[in-house]
Amino acid sequence: MTKRVTETDVASTDANKENEDWVACMALIRDAGDEAAFARLFSHFAPRVKGFLMRSGADAALAEEVAQDVMATLWRKSHLFDPARASVATWIFTIARNRRIDVLRRARRPEPEDLPWGPEPEPDQADTMALQQESEQLGRALATLPEKQRVLIEKAYFSDLSHSEIAEQTGLPLGTIKSRIRLALDRLRHAMK
Amino acid sequence: MTQIKHHLTDALLMAYSAGSLPEAFNLTVATHISLCDECRARLGAFDAVGGALLEQAAVPMAQDGLAATMALIRAGGETTRERPAPRNTGVLPAPLRDYIGGDLEAVRWRPIGMGVKQAILPTSKDATARLLYIPAGAAVPDHGHRGTELTLVLQGAFLDETARFGPGDIEVANEEMDHMPVADIGADCICLAATDAPLRFRALMPRLAQPFLRI
Repeated sequence: MTKRVTETDVASTDANKENEDWVACMALIRDAGDEAAFARLFSHFAPRVKGFLMRSGADAALAEEVAQDVMATLWRKSHLFDPARASVATWIFTIARNRRIDVLRRARRPEPEDLPWGPEPEPDQADTMALQQESEQLGRALATLPEKQRVLIEKAYFSDLSHSEIAEQTGLPLGTIKSRIRLALDRLRHAMK
Repeated sequence: MTQIKHHLTDALLMAYSAGSLPEAFNLTVATHISLCDECRARLGAFDAVGGALLEQAAVPMAQDGLAATMALIRAGGETTRERPAPRNTGVLPAPLRDYIGGDLEAVRWRPIGMGVKQAILPTSKDATARLLYIPAGAAVPDHGHRGTELTLVLQGAFLDETARFGPGDIEVANEEMDHMPVADIGADCICLAATDAPLRFRALMPRLAQPFLRI
């Protein structure tokens, strides 16, 4: 019996192919200083970094400046990107988040000690594919969370607010916020099984 | 490495990933993760949530945004292929050594009574990080919490009403908890503790002393 190809399957293959394209662009930047590959990453990710910073309270001019700086960091640190440990989107998120703490909060952000092994010169293909597929799966799971739960997860990541500050801002009881976030995480875990 | 039994909560890992914790808490979380592969892997999952959310918030860049970024890159000169420094071989994890300005022997301890010593680390004012030195078998005065207190064991062990905490273990205490940690009898205990509100001591004397000690 042949499996019917559903719309979700097609969407999922596309997103997955996109993830793998971004990984290939990173390798081109690292190995060949490829500006065309950088331009592709820039056109996709720079506007997203800018949007993230603006939702965290930066004005448009500051967000533009910091987004450019984040993308320049991606070029300079391309040799540290490890596709067996993170998707390109996740890696860019961590760079943008750290710059946000530097610039908007003017605080240091202590990072965990690096693992003794850095990115391999040739990361394992199977590990890379598995990680990229998982990232794509997580993206879909997030998109299908109930609205009320998704909104709170977005606020927690984007607005630089603690749960109590979210409670003040939304007027929701703190307990409700905590339990919605917990439910959202349970759903994500279930979807990733 | 000894087996770590007490880990970070989801709420703390998510807030660390989102970047919304005070600096003193970030330091404590980063130090625990340096010691704990399980929490490092869980953090990876929370960072991936951030990565997935990034997909949903695009705002157009300036027309010359790409050109300006390329100029930034060129101005930075030749890209160096620096690798992070090799894993440290000292007693304390790297993020903590950065705040001490060296390893355990560089800590500037101040006695706070009954053989207990502390050293406050330089972080932003919204929360306080301190190293605590508790002689084997000694107790930290009975105290409750207004906010959240994280206690990470670096050496030795302590016990309180809830459990025993050994090297690498982290205790997350909140308002509902009154406890009296006691260092295990085997060895002196060194902990990293972060609080976002002053502790409340139950006995009168320590409460009077609070402003001096900044506990």
